Amino acid sequence: MTKPESEWTWKELPVGNVILEPGNASQYRTGDWKTLKPVLNRELCIHCGLCYIFCPDMAYNLNEESFFIADLFYCKGCGICAKECPTGAISMVLEEEEK
Amino acid sequence: MAKRVGMEVSIAAAEAVKQANVDVISAYPITPQTHIVEHLSELVANGELDAEFFCVESEHSALSVCVGAAATGARTFTCTSSQGLALMSEITYIASGLRLPMLMIISNRTLSSPLSIWNDHSDAMSIRDCGWIQFFVENGQEVYDHVFVAYRLGEDRNVLLPVIINMDGFILSHVIEPFELIEQGKIDQFLPPYQPVHRLHPDRPVTMGAFALPSIFAETKKAQEEAIRSSMPKILETWKAFGDMTGRYYHPVETYKAEDADTLLVTMGSCSETASVAVDKMREEGRSVGLVKIRLWRPFPFEDFKKATLHARQLVVIDRAVSVGACGPVAAEVKAALYGEAQRPSVYNFVAGISGRDVTPSDFMKMVDKAEIQIEEGNKEGYEIYGVRG
Repeated sequence: MTKPESEWTWKELPVGNVILEPGNASQYRTGDWKTLKPVLNRELCIHCGLCYIFCPDMAYNLNEESFFIADLFYCKGCGICAKECPTGAISMVLEEEEK
Repeated sequence: MAKRVGMEVSIAAAEAVKQANVDVISAYPITPQTHIVEHLSELVANGELDAEFFCVESEHSALSVCVGAAATGARTFTCTSSQGLALMSEITYIASGLRLPMLMIISNRTLSSPLSIWNDHSDAMSIRDCGWIQFFVENGQEVYDHVFVAYRLGEDRNVLLPVIINMDGFILSHVIEPFELIEQGKIDQFLPPYQPVHRLHPDRPVTMGAFALPSIFAETKKAQEEAIRSSMPKILETWKAFGDMTGRYYHPVETYKAEDADTLLVTMGSCSETASVAVDKMREEGRSVGLVKIRLWRPFPFEDFKKATLHARQLVVIDRAVSVGACGPVAAEVKAALYGEAQRPSVYNFVAGISGRDVTPSDFMKMVDKAEIQIEEGNKEGYEIYGVRG
């Protein structure tokens, strides 16, 4: 998709609304569903990767410093990572407050 | 003129589907549609038709198979009636939304309750807004002919829409009528192989049937609406090409002794033939009565309808279904078509012949009598269920 969906006119839609570009769901910002976002306390993190494994949206990625960090473009704020974290390194914080 | 042969209408419909060289047939038996699929299953089993015949467990699955098959580029066929159509209804909207051409013949039958196997248009009206091109035919020959028209039209790259042929259950489906069959060579010329724009194929993966956010849903509906509205010229073109091949020309709205008539009967489906007998009788009595038949139900031919009716003083619209709590669905459409005209005929609406109750020529004459009297007395937009006791 070359431009956001909200800018498409009806004339530009492929016949039957077929999606011609494979994998373009990755362009869908599910991140704006959330009210809480995960914040990692790096002091407590043991790099076990349970957050990465349990994340239902595969929002977690390993960064260059070997920390698993949630990509907030996708993270829906479900809190499963915080629940599963064995050391309590992840806390869920109101997005609004954080700003 | 080609040789005429006698054949049950359902069998002729199945023969037409064979001649259209379909790839996939998927259907679940229900009265009065059964003979069509029964015959098709025989044709496939005998090796006369090289197609996949899917015996599914419900009508919902029957149409779902057609959707899947059409998505791969197959020419598909299904047919049903009444409750079967109701069970399919979810998928009817999906087939049109995905712009997948296919043909469904509906052998029209009453929707429950009470349970009834006989003919009216309540099943067709239940999916009126499903986005398919919808024809109502008058006799067996028209069913046979429209199978070829439907595939050529629906598969046209400027159309790409599924098509429904509504034919009255029992009154047509189980009756032996004379047919002019078309030679296979002519059909092969008239109906080229289906060339889809997009199809499911591993060489070029696409997604069909994805969800749409509110930010784009309205645009998808606008595109679909424009597709069916702009199919009108293609419908006319396809009928013209068919007429040039067979000598049988069809039109969205057809008239019988209507040009100079003060009162016009408006009908849809097989009762049009009975109504024309009534018109003849009333003409013999010196009365100014004619007939307007709606063949194309979706897209509704507003302009053609107005052209055929605006000169009249009154329309007597016969509906074969009830929109409970409103009026007959055909009458509602007719009134919408005429609303913008300063000079327009009165519209008197009868619901008649529901659940297969016979509507004879004398019934049509009584309805015209009653409507004319009521309109004369000032009841210009009357609505009633005809012939109800009590």
